[in-house]
Amino acid sequence: MSKKDLSVEYSTILIFALAILTMPIWLSPIGAGYPDLLQKFVIYGIFAVGFNILFGLTGYLSFGHAAFLGIGSYATVWSFKLLGMNVIPAVIFSIILAGSFAALIGYITLRRSGIYFSILTLAFAQMCYNLAYSVLTPITNGETGLRVLKTDPRIFDHLFGRGQVDGPLLTDLFGIHMTGYPGFYFCAILLIITYYIAMRIKRSPFGMMLKAIKSNQTRMNYTGFNTRPYLQTAFIISGMYAGLAGSLLAITDPLAGAERMQWTASGEVVLMTILGGVGTSLGPVLGAGLIKYFENIFSSYNDNTLHAALSFMPDWLNDVLTIIISPFVGSGWHLTLGALFMIIIIFLPGGIMEGMGRIIQIFKPNKPGGSTKTASQG
Amino acid sequence: MDAILLQVLNGLDKGGAYALIALGLTLIFGTLGIVNFAHGALFMIGAFCAVSFNKLLTFSIKVKDESITFFDAYKEVPYLEVWWGDTGKAIIDYSVPLSILIAIPVMLLVGIIMERGLIRHFYKRTHADQILVTFGLAIVLQEIIKHFFGANPIPQSAPEIVAGSAAIGTWLGLSDNLVYPWWRLIYLGFSLSVIAAVFAFLQLTTFGMVVRAGMHDRETVGLLGINIERRFTIVFGLAAVVSGLAGVMYTPILPPDYHIGMEFLVLSFVVVVVGGMGSLGGAVSAGFLLGILQSFASMNEIKSLIPGIDQIIIYLVAVVILLVRPRGLMGRKGVME
Amino acid sequence: MTDIIKKHVDRRGVIKGGMASILATGIMPSILTSPAYAADYLNAPTGKTVTLGFNVPQSGAYADEGADELRGYQLAVEHLNGGGDGGMLNTMTPKSLKGNGILGRKVEFVTGDTQTKSDAARASAKRMIEKDGAIMITGGSSSGVAIATQSLCQEAGVIFMAGLTHSNDTTGKDKRANGFRHFFNAYMSGAALAPVLEKAYGKERKAYHLTADYTWGWTQEASIAQATEAIGWKTVKKVRTPLGAGDFSQYITPVLNSGADVLVLNHYGKDMVNSLTQAVQFGLRDKQVNGKDFVIVVPLYSRLMAQGAGKNVEGIFGSTNWHWSLKDAGSQAFVKSFGQKYGFPPSQAAHTVYCQTLLYADACERAGTHNPCGVAEALEGFKFSGMGNGDTLYRAADHQCFKDVLVVEGNDKSTSKFDLLKVVQVVPAKQVTYAPDNPMFKGGELGKCNPGKA
Repeated sequence: MSKKDLSVEYSTILIFALAILTMPIWLSPIGAGYPDLLQKFVIYGIFAVGFNILFGLTGYLSFGHAAFLGIGSYATVWSFKLLGMNVIPAVIFSIILAGSFAALIGYITLRRSGIYFSILTLAFAQMCYNLAYSVLTPITNGETGLRVLKTDPRIFDHLFGRGQVDGPLLTDLFGIHMTGYPGFYFCAILLIITYYIAMRIKRSPFGMMLKAIKSNQTRMNYTGFNTRPYLQTAFIISGMYAGLAGSLLAITDPLAGAERMQWTASGEVVLMTILGGVGTSLGPVLGAGLIKYFENIFSSYNDNTLHAALSFMPDWLNDVLTIIISPFVGSGWHLTLGALFMIIIIFLPGGIMEGMGRIIQIFKPNKPGGSTKTASQG
Repeated sequence: MDAILLQVLNGLDKGGAYALIALGLTLIFGTLGIVNFAHGALFMIGAFCAVSFNKLLTFSIKVKDESITFFDAYKEVPYLEVWWGDTGKAIIDYSVPLSILIAIPVMLLVGIIMERGLIRHFYKRTHADQILVTFGLAIVLQEIIKHFFGANPIPQSAPEIVAGSAAIGTWLGLSDNLVYPWWRLIYLGFSLSVIAAVFAFLQLTTFGMVVRAGMHDRETVGLLGINIERRFTIVFGLAAVVSGLAGVMYTPILPPDYHIGMEFLVLSFVVVVVGGMGSLGGAVSAGFLLGILQSFASMNEIKSLIPGIDQIIIYLVAVVILLVRPRGLMGRKGVME
Repeated sequence: MTDIIKKHVDRRGVIKGGMASILATGIMPSILTSPAYAADYLNAPTGKTVTLGFNVPQSGAYADEGADELRGYQLAVEHLNGGGDGGMLNTMTPKSLKGNGILGRKVEFVTGDTQTKSDAARASAKRMIEKDGAIMITGGSSSGVAIATQSLCQEAGVIFMAGLTHSNDTTGKDKRANGFRHFFNAYMSGAALAPVLEKAYGKERKAYHLTADYTWGWTQEASIAQATEAIGWKTVKKVRTPLGAGDFSQYITPVLNSGADVLVLNHYGKDMVNSLTQAVQFGLRDKQVNGKDFVIVVPLYSRLMAQGAGKNVEGIFGSTNWHWSLKDAGSQAFVKSFGQKYGFPPSQAAHTVYCQTLLYADACERAGTHNPCGVAEALEGFKFSGMGNGDTLYRAADHQCFKDVLVVEGNDKSTSKFDLLKVVQVVPAKQVTYAPDNPMFKGGELGKCNPGKA
């Protein structure tokens, strides 16, 4: 890698880091500047970035990644319950456990490719979900979800004399509670680190190999090259990313529910990645943000808030617009999301990143677009 | 013994439903190469053809119920009953089977519009793009139905004469406990005949021959001067009709709501893939296999041996089959691998 | 890193930063309702308004119930602010509400979609607390969601007024000091139903349970089994069915050979609609077993779900929290205002959330504060009547309401979709009351109320 490439890489990650860390400021005007949603943006960003390492680079479409998300969450809550409320062991424990499950499931599912692989991963995730919801209730607390209780052992907390807590039990990183904005910055820093790792993977020889598998696996196999170990590694890495995301979900909000593993959750990360742009580094993060924004903000509008939002308009226009818009917000937010999926993918085959690329093209008519585009977007 | 016979019947019945739902999906997979996540929505639209037709037939004279003062409650008498008396009543009674007549043209139209307006532009796009656009379409269709019909299930009844159970046990000289609902038997027969009709259509007609040829080698067929595009449109319409009919006939068993399609989506994908991509016969046999295994796994004797087995049996079987047979039961090489 | 944190912990700074652009573009006003900081409890209202958070399912299988809950909430807000005809404000006793909002502050509300998923429900509740400054969260349409939201509210430090949640655990092993439930529970269903079942079907019965395989299903199964065994029934078998199974045929056929003469369906929502429809199709109700007519019991009914099962509910017993056909003054006042506003009668979901909102507001008035600890204290042990369920007690020990429970039967002479159920008996509160340390409710503790932090 040349010096120039390196400096481009550093500046990219710097811009990315800056954008993520200032999110509370620039997302406020659109109503998304509150800790919980910011945390969700960042956590699902990690999930999607990890998913993209598998899907974007190798073309293997897993429909069961939510299983690792769920496993990460359960592992974290169990770590809280047994070891104590410190997040460090929880994160490590989750990543290792999710990684081992990924190794096992990957070992079996990667024997097949294409849609057969997708259905195999889906089957494993659905089995996890169904069992977690019912017969595994002693481990997962089923429908209600696994929570930390005051009666739990929390060995290290008691060891260091922090066993008795008056208020609610909060997760902490050496004294800083991982709720609200500190929680967000913790997740944000992890996103920046994992994003950087993903970027490096993509550009490493290993990443090149994965891309070669995507373009023509058969040919690679004919040359006597065994692609399985590479796929297996990619699968484990993306499983660990999902485990980390699941762990962070439980850290910022110590509850792990089974529906995190349902196929709809697996489908969601697929949609995030495609919506943002498969194979691009930044796309999945954008896709994750967009879907979570819709889920949390569009669903919260009702006729009253709409009226208030449009109050700067004349009354008659306000009423008309409220009537027109209201089917698309509140309980109709799914409709808007579905329509958005269609519009984006019909007009922008590469997702949002494609659209951004085109806009950049417009503003830079004289420059050769290709290379600057990818560089500036990472 | 009765218990086992009953579970065999349950399995056949489920299998018929699974096979019928999967048939349309595998047809689209095999011929057009499209991953259609809106397939469940087609099933749902079919079910709501039955609901709408029933609403149409029971369009009523509303007589205000004066005993209730706080809100408007009406005693409703359908116009059909007012005009034609018992004949009208009988027509309403048969609304589900009659709505097949409506569902066929409606679903054909829906299918053709979908293919012409959207799907055809995605033949050359990646599977990822296909997934996103069809999933988006499915959500939009669902939400439109929800807007008009609400989120609650809407009950549809089978005609009075077949609403009860058939006393199979008594006929065969077995136990009286061996009974099975008439409508489920009808559904089984119906799905078998639709499956047979689709096979006959593809095997015995020139049209079907061309389509099958197109499934194998689209380019060559195109080079022969055959307009394969138009035929593909018709295939999509056909698949939509098959899925829609599956939905119509299922309404008396499962009161439909706007979400019913999503619940069958995953299942139909599993059935198709276990059967093998691009194989109609595979989808049908996988449907019956999964149906029967699921029924047996739900028996109390088996559940007490392996707790929770009925929750995961379908996926477990899918994993085992795909590991033993790389392309499912009857999959062809190179299709979506 | 700590510097960055401090810089942004202050939400006002953030809001100010964004303010210019908001004023410029005029979009998204929701963040303008900013919570105050200088107060001794979370989200203490300082202006002329107070914000409540209505967290209901707007998508998924329970969307219609969620929509009806929202109608109930909106009506309650209207009445609290002195609008409309006042509804139950005219019948509730004792009453401290004046029809001028809560403590003189106009009531405003924000809404959210729980999707009937714990994660989505908590995310939505967090938005209400963190962004919209909601001082109370209410809603829920399943016990899993209600319990998850209740523990969130406990951690955050706001009051949670539970909506539809029927599991014993909500005020049993998962009870919380900040959470309150007006709705009845599975134990009460069993206690109310058993005598009616005994009268209708006798003491010698063999029951077969089909139970949704998750926590609510289990608590109901246990409650009903206990109550029916106490009147001499035998429980032949308890079979768990996967949630959302759709086709229940493989679980229904074994009933035919089991020798049981009663089928108890511990299902709710769509599961109930499907399993009941299919059980009737299998001819269970035409059967004779042990010389008796085979019967089906659906312990928890809701009118909206009965609509989904259509005429299959005819003659089937169940229990419900409330029904619009009740003739007491409170119910009548509520049905009247609801019917006039929306054109159809309210469901039990709308009723329970309407009551919860009024009860919360009344408790604030009596406590003279919105502080969760003050409100909780005012609600604990509060006795009231005129809200549709007779004399009611909000028990201090577990924050559960004890009130009359209805036993209903599917109406075989229904003339419209609104009277699918008819009330068989109003079971007095005394009969469904249990001790706080009843084994079914054991294991949890309320803990201390949490007012949150400034």
